[in-house]
Amino acid sequence: MNLVTALARLLIFPGLLFAVPAAWFFLWVERKSVALMQGRIGPPFMQPFYDFIKLLGKDTPPRPGIAGGLMRLWPLLAVSSAAGAVALLPVLPSYGGFPGDLILLLGLLEMPSMCIIAAGFSSRSIFSEIGSAREAVLSVSYNIVFLLAILSIAASQHTFRLDAIAHLPASPLLGLGIVALVVCLPAKLHLNPFSLPNAEQEIYSGPMIEYAGPELAMWELTHGLEWVAATGLVATLAAPHLTIWWLAAVLFVALSCAIVLLLSTLAAATARIAIDTTVRFYWQCTLIFAVLVLSSAIFVRFRS
Amino acid sequence: MKLWNRLMCTCRRRSPWLFHMNSGSCNGCDIELVAAITPRYDAEQLGVRLEGSPRHADILCITGPVTRNAAGAIETVYGQVPGPKAVVAIGSCPATTNVFIDSRTLDGPLEKHVPVDVFVPGCPPRPDAIIQGIAKAATILAERAAKSAPATEAPAAEVQP
Repeated sequence: MNLVTALARLLIFPGLLFAVPAAWFFLWVERKSVALMQGRIGPPFMQPFYDFIKLLGKDTPPRPGIAGGLMRLWPLLAVSSAAGAVALLPVLPSYGGFPGDLILLLGLLEMPSMCIIAAGFSSRSIFSEIGSAREAVLSVSYNIVFLLAILSIAASQHTFRLDAIAHLPASPLLGLGIVALVVCLPAKLHLNPFSLPNAEQEIYSGPMIEYAGPELAMWELTHGLEWVAATGLVATLAAPHLTIWWLAAVLFVALSCAIVLLLSTLAAATARIAIDTTVRFYWQCTLIFAVLVLSSAIFVRFRS
Repeated sequence: MKLWNRLMCTCRRRSPWLFHMNSGSCNGCDIELVAAITPRYDAEQLGVRLEGSPRHADILCITGPVTRNAAGAIETVYGQVPGPKAVVAIGSCPATTNVFIDSRTLDGPLEKHVPVDVFVPGCPPRPDAIIQGIAKAATILAERAAKSAPATEAPAAEVQP
């Protein structure tokens, strides 16, 4: 039974069968809401699916002087770790299966960003190297707040088990932690105003510049899966504990959609800011959230 | 297999990604191409996306009468666009070299260097004519997916101004 449940979680919900269409849906919601806010009609509902299939059917032109194996490895590594992160999300009330823990989930969530950095440096283009350097700096900036917030939530409960963290009762600590996580999401998903690594018109497509065809399709899918994983993590933390599994699933999807809409609105309303301003924003302005969450976690632990 | 081919045709028609290249244009056509993707004309309804890298593109949009300097660059960029691909010549310059004909600094028209699929004449063409040209090029791409024919066989289409 355990193996069946684990497989069902990995392949059906919240795993691949749910995650891939959800990734396309979130990508569409992002583009459509930006279009509506600019007074346009925007792309049709199936657009990310069309893009994905079209990219699968394209050739990969020769790239002389670049290690082909490495270039092919990074998108595959990124897409599989993003899919693994989605499958680990503690959406449903626990029925056994492979539980995983927070450290693994955070590691898998961080992998796509590492792969983007590595891919940019392997492609040996000046634009992708600039993009990779920016991604590295960005990752160092937001991860301080992101990791401190989520680890403080876990530490206040003396556990790294995912289902225990998902079923936390509402508290000021949890609320602060969720706010801190949401502040980090635009940088994690490369959205405006922190769309520095893949800045269009500025460094072309950044680390992705040498990718074409199926490999680019994998990067697009990775971006969508990152949407599902990152918004899903916040949604599972924010959702109240429910024992009915279908209600838990519906609530998870609804909360994720709400966060996607919030982030797209922010992306449409803002313009890209420079890298030094971004670093200053995360190190100076948002660190206060991390400090607050951390101190309240220490307070909770001393009291209990 | 047949189903996959039909799906591929639809996807290629519905998702044309552009790479814009200026081969010595006066900037008139470039402004009109940018206007075609602004909210007023909203080419994103057709799935059009302007890409920064030629490796991501399906359709190469070339403006300008092809100067001697640009001729080599056009061939390089055409080689970097992964197949199946289409070329749209925007404006009268790439089609005929326009008023610059017989200039010693030119190496045009565009057809001397790369096979052109759609000509959008005009000096400059209107944004809606450009969108029509891109839609036509996307249809050509889809037909190519159905037949898997090489790029040079089909005769070039023309958008009426």
